[in-house]
Amino acid sequence: MTPVVLDVQHLSAGYGTQAIIEQINLQLTEKEIAVIVGPNGAGKSTLLKQIFGLNQHLGGDIRFNGTSIVDIKTSALVPLGISAVPQSSNVFPTLTVSENLEIGTYASPPADKKIARERMLALFPDLAGKLGQAAGELSGGQRQMVAIGRALMSEPTLLLLDEPTAGLSPVYLEKIFDLILQIRDTGVTILMVEQNARQALRIADTGYVLANGRHAHTGTGAELLANDDVRRAFLGGSAGQ
Amino acid sequence: MIEFINFYLIPGITLGSIYALGAVGISMIFGILRFAHFAHGDLMTVGAYGALTVVWVTGIPPLFAIPFAVALAIIAALSCDRLFYKPLRELPTIYTVIASFGVALILRSLIQVIWGTESQVYVKGFQKPLVYFDTFRIATRHVQIIASTVVITGLLHVFLSYSRMGRCMRAVADDASLARVAGIDTDNVIRWTWIIGAALAAIAGVFVGLDTDVHTNLGWNMLLPMFAAALLGGIGKPLGAITGGLIIGIVEECVSYPFFGEALLSPSYKSAVAFVIMIALLILRPQGLFKGRLL
Repeated sequence: MTPVVLDVQHLSAGYGTQAIIEQINLQLTEKEIAVIVGPNGAGKSTLLKQIFGLNQHLGGDIRFNGTSIVDIKTSALVPLGISAVPQSSNVFPTLTVSENLEIGTYASPPADKKIARERMLALFPDLAGKLGQAAGELSGGQRQMVAIGRALMSEPTLLLLDEPTAGLSPVYLEKIFDLILQIRDTGVTILMVEQNARQALRIADTGYVLANGRHAHTGTGAELLANDDVRRAFLGGSAGQ
Repeated sequence: MIEFINFYLIPGITLGSIYALGAVGISMIFGILRFAHFAHGDLMTVGAYGALTVVWVTGIPPLFAIPFAVALAIIAALSCDRLFYKPLRELPTIYTVIASFGVALILRSLIQVIWGTESQVYVKGFQKPLVYFDTFRIATRHVQIIASTVVITGLLHVFLSYSRMGRCMRAVADDASLARVAGIDTDNVIRWTWIIGAALAAIAGVFVGLDTDVHTNLGWNMLLPMFAAALLGGIGKPLGAITGGLIIGIVEECVSYPFFGEALLSPSYKSAVAFVIMIALLILRPQGLFKGRLL
């Protein structure tokens, strides 16, 4: 049986005492790509932020490799093997690309820093010529690559991505989805929130549709794409499209 | 020209060096903790009196008393953070700004209780200036202050650019939330911000005592030009703050030089220079010379 990496049980979270998500359950096994989709305000990013301890926990449990991480502070999650890429402001703008990648190794040094860096540049060849440039000067797509690169430098087993294609041109959009598959193939489990739901569900092993902070549908990516209710309500199209 | 260099430019660079060292801490604290630390001048005073005690007790030259001054200011800064600022960290920053006013008063009052309200000097008597090329007459203390500031600036640059903690500090100044997500222990970064800020403030305090005298309002009186220096360099840009400090110090001293037969500004008005620079900057270039954080 494939080991469970992330197990979220009856999770409720929000801001202050205000719950944004309620009774959320999800389970990710090794090397799985899970995608959370849903309309704006459904609580997708809140769920991801809560796994990373950035919101107010109001109930339920989050277990990573069998251990509860609810009470562990955000900065201590990287050494456990969890890395995250927030939606916006995901690079340190005044630090160079090289320094951004270096920061990713501080909390949890990779087995060999040089090899980790070379592997990163093989994954993101566009960054090779920009290592000395301030990350804030890069295009949106390049910044996203720096952000994912920084998160991967610690060699995580679980990667959380919050809308990795937000605001990107179609060229970068394809590139990022391609990269996500490549990253999964290196053994990383990926949980991703995505607005481009159709493309995301195409690469997803499992999809979770959230609406008003609660589960609306769960299934494989293909099942959700084929589900008429999901297509009509959340993917902006009818059956057969 | 020689008169200008000896009596205006060198003292200006000296004063600017003192402002620069104080402004670095203000800029770093603003960049990382996001608040204007109004007790920073009083950390300078703590350092100056710490060194004074060592000089009184042991009789060693004031420069050798700097490690004790630094240690005392660091203890004061870390204690104030733990007792007064940390409990307010999650509230809007205006609470911490107001608290820092209170801390400034507490520190000054403690200094007055412990050391008294009289002005003191490290070394009594006249010190002969050093004479270079038979023309440049530079006071030994000015050489010491300027040379020390150059060395400290170099070390600070190396620390911020190449050390792990320096990079973490710049990362937290850029985006504290992302820094936490990236696994940076922000509490440790805050601790180091206080350590470096307080150490440089203490050194600046000893330099003021060395240049003039030690009194309980020593740091408080310097607060405005130091804030102006931090703004001029760009908030959150420590090396910018050093440049800002030097510019303000030099301009403050040089405006009273009789460039056109008469002084541009009476020396009694020179403290207004920092005000003018600060107001002009806030209107014309609020991000400062080095593109710092906007207030």
